[in-house]
Amino acid sequence: MAQQALFLIMAVFTLGMALGTVTSRNIFHSALFLVGSFAGVAVIYFLLEAEFVGVAQIIIYIGAIATLIIFAIMLSRSVTGQNGSPMNRQWAFAALGAALLFAALAWLFSRVDFGSTAQPVPEDAIALIGAGLVTEYVIPFEVASILLLVALVGAILIARERHS
Amino acid sequence: MDLSQLDLRLIGVWFNNMLAGAGLAPGIISLINWVVGALLLLIFALTLAIALIWIERKLAARLQDRLGPNRVGPYGLLQMVADVLKLLTKEDITPLEADRVTYNLAPALAVFQVMMAMAVIPFANGVIGADVNIGVLYLMAIGSVGAMAALMAGWSSNNKYALVGGFRVVAQLLSYEIPLVMAMLIPVLVAGTMRMNGLAEAQGGWFGLGWYVWTLPTAFLIFFIAALAEGERAPFDLLEAESEIVAGFNIEYSGMKFAWFYLAFFLNSWVLAAVGATIFLGGWQGPFVAQIPALGVIYFIAKTLLLFFIQAWVRATFPRLRIDQMMSFCWKVLVPMALLLFIAVAVTLKLGLPQPVQGVALLGLNLVILLATLALVSRAQKRSVGAGKRAFAPELPRL
Repeated sequence: MAQQALFLIMAVFTLGMALGTVTSRNIFHSALFLVGSFAGVAVIYFLLEAEFVGVAQIIIYIGAIATLIIFAIMLSRSVTGQNGSPMNRQWAFAALGAALLFAALAWLFSRVDFGSTAQPVPEDAIALIGAGLVTEYVIPFEVASILLLVALVGAILIARERHS
Repeated sequence: MDLSQLDLRLIGVWFNNMLAGAGLAPGIISLINWVVGALLLLIFALTLAIALIWIERKLAARLQDRLGPNRVGPYGLLQMVADVLKLLTKEDITPLEADRVTYNLAPALAVFQVMMAMAVIPFANGVIGADVNIGVLYLMAIGSVGAMAALMAGWSSNNKYALVGGFRVVAQLLSYEIPLVMAMLIPVLVAGTMRMNGLAEAQGGWFGLGWYVWTLPTAFLIFFIAALAEGERAPFDLLEAESEIVAGFNIEYSGMKFAWFYLAFFLNSWVLAAVGATIFLGGWQGPFVAQIPALGVIYFIAKTLLLFFIQAWVRATFPRLRIDQMMSFCWKVLVPMALLLFIAVAVTLKLGLPQPVQGVALLGLNLVILLATLALVSRAQKRSVGAGKRAFAPELPRL
């Protein structure tokens, strides 16, 4: 009961923040709304007892991605922020596209069987995740890490000082 | 009186029994427990901050051959109380062009981040806000929110110095987070748990010989240096460099809002000291702690204050680094060193050596990596001095 109420509050909060992200006139505010929306999703993960996913959400989305977005905005826009309208003439088509995408996703999610079971969450889920990453899922894990390494090397190559 | 009854956990048991005796539902009891626990931590943190500020000011003064606060109360002990009263009565100024909501939210977020981190600090065996099984990971996640507060403050003040301070915060905190996290993960590897209480428990043993600082001194050194940077302390306090950017991201803040940043700064230093004490200095472990569990709190606070003392000592002694020096030290020295140490420790643990041999092997490994790094750094230093003037190098008089 209390969990349901908390979920509803967090869902409304997350959606409100997401709405703020796309409607705010100040792009810096949009970024901050996005952070709030990420935090709301993290809390929903915690409510689902998926602590690892929740913490990973905070580290990756708030700690890294959102900080990067804000940093990019601060470097590329004037400090006072440009209060341009986020709408252009094609907003009606964009809204239609978004609604269609939402409908398609909603239809998909209602059809797919996610194989949920009534089993309780294991006590030491983090150990199971850790063991899984180096046994059953070691190849996807390594492929992802190589991808990140390549991105890192590429970024350094682009940012490197050229002595000419 | 039975000394083993001196256990803070028993207060919790007594409190729970009393609530259950009053006929409350279990859900309500755990809710009351959380609220009371959070309030206790809050009161502890606010009281502690006053003590920490006094210690830091007095210590810095004595190290610099001054007297420090000595007018209000004995040894100036009540100086902070007077300062808090002054800050409370000061006018609250918001710059006209500031972004109001963000501007007011930033100090709250800064304190929120530190207070959240305190939830996983074990004060004694089992005396911990929430002993979650991802304690270390949780600390990393909460720590990454701190940069956000400084960024928000820097941007919303609408002041170029504040903005430069905000940029520096991101560059510094994001870079030094990597060696900090790597250093924190090394004891996690050895202990095989991310629970903060479990980490402290794993460091038992004869007269503190089980502390990870003995077997993993290099990891502790990396952690401590990175913690200095994460805590925005000298020699890494570039984000408030008075001589360059006046005061950094909090330049426009006055009165109580400034006090919140000040509070967050000192509590952050203490939390980093507490994390270091928990995962490297054995946390609440100490002599006779198994017989008298309440001693754990004293040992723990003593260890955190020792680390805080060293932080304040460094702050009062060393000059500030340049931003390029700070960045290259992080990326060229600390990160490779931490990565190498991490891999070496992981391989050593896989060898399956018996307990004392493993400890000696880890210690040897740590020392080899530390000495090799020092040798490499001093060689690179010599070469760069020989290569002549660098981009920012000042003209040094030839001796």
